[in-house]
Amino acid sequence: MNTPVTALTTESAAHRRRRDTHVNIDEVERWASLVLGSLLTVYAVSRGGRVGMVTGAAGGMLIYRAARGHSTLYQALGIESEPSHVAPVMSLAHRRGVTVRRSIAINKPVDEVYAFWRNFENLPRFMRHLESVTCDGPQKSHWVARAPAGRRVSWDAEVVDEQPNSRIAWRSLEDADVRNAGTVEFERAPGGRGTNIRVSLSYVPPGGKVGAVIAKLFGEEPGQQVHEDLRRLKQLLEAGEVPTVAGQPRGGA
Amino acid sequence: MKAVCWYGPGDVRVTRVPEPAILNPRDAIVRVTRTAICGSDLHLFGGFIPGMKSGDILGHEFMGEVVEVGKDSTLRRGDRVVVPFAIACGRCFFCQRELWALCDNSNPSAPTLEKLYGYAGGGVFGYSHLYGGYAGGQAEYVRVPFADVGALPVPESVDDEQALFLSDIFPTGYMAAENCNIQSGDVVAVWGCGPVGQFAIRSAFMLGAERVIAIDRFPERLHMAESQGKAEVLNYEDLDVLDEINERTGGRGPDACIDAVGMEAHGTGVSAFYDRAKQAVKLETDRPTALREAIQACRKGGTVSIPGVYGGVVDKLPLGAAFAKGLTLRMGQTHVHRYLRPLLGRIERAEIDPSFVITHRMTLDDAPHGYGMFRDKDDECVKVVLRP
Repeated sequence: MNTPVTALTTESAAHRRRRDTHVNIDEVERWASLVLGSLLTVYAVSRGGRVGMVTGAAGGMLIYRAARGHSTLYQALGIESEPSHVAPVMSLAHRRGVTVRRSIAINKPVDEVYAFWRNFENLPRFMRHLESVTCDGPQKSHWVARAPAGRRVSWDAEVVDEQPNSRIAWRSLEDADVRNAGTVEFERAPGGRGTNIRVSLSYVPPGGKVGAVIAKLFGEEPGQQVHEDLRRLKQLLEAGEVPTVAGQPRGGA
Repeated sequence: MKAVCWYGPGDVRVTRVPEPAILNPRDAIVRVTRTAICGSDLHLFGGFIPGMKSGDILGHEFMGEVVEVGKDSTLRRGDRVVVPFAIACGRCFFCQRELWALCDNSNPSAPTLEKLYGYAGGGVFGYSHLYGGYAGGQAEYVRVPFADVGALPVPESVDDEQALFLSDIFPTGYMAAENCNIQSGDVVAVWGCGPVGQFAIRSAFMLGAERVIAIDRFPERLHMAESQGKAEVLNYEDLDVLDEINERTGGRGPDACIDAVGMEAHGTGVSAFYDRAKQAVKLETDRPTALREAIQACRKGGTVSIPGVYGGVVDKLPLGAAFAKGLTLRMGQTHVHRYLRPLLGRIERAEIDPSFVITHRMTLDDAPHGYGMFRDKDDECVKVVLRP
């Protein structure tokens, strides 16, 4: 199911240019778009009126997106159903992965930040959706996460690449509830400014691509989530605590 | 306990709320002995700062006695402390460069503020959910986060009313003057003779200014600037400020100008009317009348220092004048922690007694009356101190 993790690649200018129009819908969905688009167009022509116009427009858009293999909506939402040409972690052979990349500067030496992260059991202290991570030897670990609607998902993961004070990469093993992979890179910031870390996470959202769209529309934006997770990591390491106002007094109605 | 809570523009009430508890290891709980209403609280009172929620406890100028400490706090019960309005961790990139108000780790509302400003500053007590939504100190008790770096023990020789303003307005006026990079012989002009303006005037002289020109329209405030601050005073309702300043500086202009007014400037004439109209229909959030004048008045190569609070967007800012004259603009929330010890030293050496600005003393119960009085400048009100 999983293909090997490849080395991290840098996004080239050519890739960036291509990103605007590249294929981001997989083959099955392109056909589905074409069929549904055609049906809607036929219905629209026979129905006429205002409803017909709207339906016709929707049908036309579906046919257009099927022909181009590119969804502007998906692009706006950052969803790739076609494997990205530039994804840094390609442990997900599956064509429906979501990849999120974020970085943050932490005012602590690189070895300290690395050691904190390398002990995966620390991750739930700043990754809000993780309930627990249990390490089983240096390479293997068991992850439990909170999913929407009070559900829990879990998986086993293994470290697939490890360069002390520089890089850690991991991925879920087969039969994971949520297939996922991650890479974190650590870089000593110049001028004694601590550590810059770059995180890249890829996963197949529960509920598939549709689930991802719905989650995003309801505010569970994965990029922002990772950003907030990293902010909590920074706060923990720098300040020793995560600032909060939960539980403080306020005036009643 | 009793606390002063915000319930909407023009609506603050003293209500019973639960007492605060330690929430984080570096917290302390302080029993408030003195607290004050700040000019910037009037921006909240007037509804000019977004992100307020009904029931929020106000107040960012306070001091008191430590009654409880978290496990990582270095304070002790019984310590008598004054607390900076800005909340800061003391360990991030910004705190370590003495830019305490820009702390990376003290604002739980950072995601929202980042959307507005690009990057988020630190948290502030009782100053909206943009600045963290922290409960403020106009209450009987208050929780102080990062209290090990955010509370200064006060020696017995300094009384409450002398120490209280180390929380905000004295450092704010001082930083405003420090930002002017004052050289021997300099003339400094100060717009606004409210509490921050008063401390800016005193600080400008402390830092070596030759003359200070102070501008306001309230006779009692001008009188205070003249008698306490030794400033030359101008009432902008009686004369053309720009002409007068030009006249008094040999046609060269002041070396530095301080805008101690901020977003709710009043002013006269067409520009003031324009701003009021635009603000009323939400086409502009801030009225920069004083700032426009300060930029216009400043000499070539001079400095405009802005301790007055701005929150959003302004119109008709004469950036061309600032550019053509090669001005330096300096501004921002005060890095209070940086000034605590040096300014406490000045108080101990009797170089200044900050209680000179106090015109009204009340109990906490009278806070709503105090807010209205301070806003309307009734009864020659300059500064209200509350006793819980």
